[in-house]
This record gives sequence, C-alpha cells and structure tokens, in this order.
Amino acid sequence: MWWKSLIFLAMSVIIWFSFTTPAPQQQIGEASRIFYYHIPQAWICVIAFAMSAYFSIKYLRKRNALNDDLAVESARLGLLFCILATVTGAIFAKVTWGAFWNWDPRQTSIFILLLIYGAYFALRSAIEDEERRAALSSVYAIFAFVTVPFLVFVLPRIVPSLHPTDSVINKDLKFTMGLQVRTIFFSSLTVFTLIFVWIFNILKRYHIIRRKMETGTI
Amino acid sequence: MADNNAGLVSKSLAVYVKDLRLELRTRSGLNAIFMFGITTLALVSFSLGQALLEPKVLGALFWIIIFFSAMSGLSQVFVREEEAQTALTLRLTADPDAVFWGKLIFNLTLLIIMAAVITPLFFILTDAPTAGAINFLLILVIGIIDLCAATTLVAAIIAKSSVKGALFAVLSFPILIPILIALTLASEKILAGESIGEISKLLQFLIAYAVIMITASVMLFKYVWQE
Repeated sequence: MWWKSLIFLAMSVIIWFSFTTPAPQQQIGEASRIFYYHIPQAWICVIAFAMSAYFSIKYLRKRNALNDDLAVESARLGLLFCILATVTGAIFAKVTWGAFWNWDPRQTSIFILLLIYGAYFALRSAIEDEERRAALSSVYAIFAFVTVPFLVFVLPRIVPSLHPTDSVINKDLKFTMGLQVRTIFFSSLTVFTLIFVWIFNILKRYHIIRRKMETGTI
Repeated sequence: MADNNAGLVSKSLAVYVKDLRLELRTRSGLNAIFMFGITTLALVSFSLGQALLEPKVLGALFWIIIFFSAMSGLSQVFVREEEAQTALTLRLTADPDAVFWGKLIFNLTLLIIMAAVITPLFFILTDAPTAGAINFLLILVIGIIDLCAATTLVAAIIAKSSVKGALFAVLSFPILIPILIALTLASEKILAGESIGEISKLLQFLIAYAVIMITASVMLFKYVWQE
C-alpha cells in the first residue's frame, strides 16, 4: 500500500519540477518540457508490447488461459499509452515543426504500432472459439513484435527524419542531458513504469479471480 | 540430419507441386491476382492521363499496385484448404514445416508471374525511365520475397477466422509498411537514375527483414497449423 502513496507523491513532485526548472532543450524552449511525459509514454507502449508477446509465448507453451488474459490486458494498456504518446507527439510536432502530422519516421513507427494493436483486436473479435482465438492471436502478437526493433531502431536511421535524435542519447551512446534534466526524466520514467505495473497488477488479480470463479474453485 | 533436410526439401516440393497442379486446374488464384493487378494499373494509368510523373510518384504507385494485387490473391493458398476441407488431410500427411515452405514457394511463384506481366506494362503505360532496369529488377525480386515472407503466416492465421478477406489486409498491412517504405524509397532512387550503391542500406534492411520474418514464421507456423 505504501508504495502507491509514494507514486502519488513522486508524480506530484515530478510535475512540479518539470514546469519550474529551466526547459530541457534550449533551442526548442518551453515546448520541450513535454519530453518528460512523452518519452515515458512511448517507453511504456513498447514495454507493454513486449509483455504481450511474452505472455503470448507463455500461452503457446503452457496453454493456460490466464496467460492469454494477461497478453490481452498488456495489449490494451499498450494501446492506451500508444494513443497518449501519439497525441503528445503530435502536439510537440505542431509547436516545433508547424504541423500535427508529417510522416516523420518516428510518427510512422508509432502509427504502425497503433495499427498492430488494432489488427490484434480485430483478429480476436473475428474468432469465436476461445482456445483458437487465444492461440492465433498469440501467434500474431509474437509475429508483430518481431518487427518492433526494425520500427524503433532501424527505420528512423535509414529514412530522413526531423525528430530530435540526440535528445536522450547521442551517437556515441553518451547522455546529452544535464544532471537536473536527467534526474527529472529518469524519475518520470520510473514513476510511469510503476503506474503501469500497478494497473497491470489490478487487472491480473481480477483475471485470476474471474478464472477461479469460472472453474468453481472459490 | 542430412537425410532429414533432404526429406524436408522433397516434402515441401510435394506440397508445392500439389498446389501448383490445383492452381493450373482452375487458375483461380492467378486469375484474381492478375485481374486485380491489371485493373489497378489501368485505373492509375487512366486517371493520370498523359501527366509526366516524377520518380517519387512512380515508385509509390508501382508498389501500391503490387501491394493490392498481392493482398487479393496471397491468402488463397490457405483459405482454399479450409474451404475444401482438405486441411485436415494435409495436416495428417505432411509435417508443418513442409507445408509452410511449400505454400511460401507457391505464393512466390504467383507473385513472380504477376509481376512479370505487370512490371513491363507499368513501364509502358507510365513511360517510366528504363535506364536502371536491372537494378529495378533486383529491388522487385527482393520486394516480392519480402511480401511473401511477411504474409504467408498471416494467410494461415486468417484462414481459421470468420472474416477472411478483409482481415488479411488488416493484419498484413502493419507488418508490410516498413517494407513498402523501403521499397518505395529504393525504387524512387533507381528511377531517378542513382546507382545501386545509393540504396545498399535499404536493400540490407529488406533482406534482413525477410530473413527474420521467415525465421519467425517457421517457428510459429506449427501453432497455427495445429489449431
């Protein structure tokens, strides 16, 4: 229980500092503050995707229906954070490049992630048999996840881009941020991850209880 | 081990020959893919009239035509098995790896035949520059391999669902976008008269993508096939 109050406190402190300290990027100015929120959201989006693939692999190995539930919930949370990251990214794009959407490689990547999540749920709704639905959507989740490294790491480097590439890590893999910015950024990343873990845990407990009730063990 | 591999090759070929024979009997898949390609091509050419197109537009149009033709025919290979209710027999007589490779080669054949007709027609109708024709051919072959590598497993998945046709495009599209972007960029550069060295990075990307897609498909296919 105590760590949940801590999340609340930490998030408040982060919000406070993210607006009162000097802007993280001098050239972009005030708009660059969105970076404290946008990157953690994009990060959670990829993490959720990885978790969905992980539970899908587990499902195919053990054929335990709970793993399928968890894969779906990860995908659902991933979709939520994916939408948040897309929206905050579009706002940032409007302020810095003048248009909400301009098919920058990063925007293309996140758009593809949205489409994959959409396709995943479309597939699930098209299969009636529960076991078959679980197995086939697991295969698709794993198959689609294989493309993520290409989207995140390869595509932005072979297609011309406007996205700030050296905002976190530059070409020599060194941090380009100052100590203050770095502290706020990593605190934000940690707290966002904790919130994700919290929501996910609630959903997990719900599904465990639901499955037990279905089989009549409670 | 060597024996086993030889077995896989001949079994895959057996599945391939079976599909080819079925296809030659009705030509349903080939007809669909052909007519779709020609219709799209005609529509593009007709609506553009005599406009002189830049390489950028030409590259994009070409891959849109290939993409839609592929989407119209590549799922047939598994849908047909389910509809004729022959999937169960095939499951009993052939191992999953052989089925996958057989179907993959069959899809490759379909697309190669389609592209062999559509590509010259495209160059004639749009009056595209033919200076880099050999490089363009290289991109085309790699592109077709990529398309089949990414869609064969998806075709197997959707064959088991209730809304087959629409779902095939929906599930394939996100996986194909990275390929289509790279192919469009590469074609654009070749049509603009640049050398093959300019697109080596893109070609590496495309080859790596195909290898990974095929590897993942081979590992996952048995779970789909046994459903």
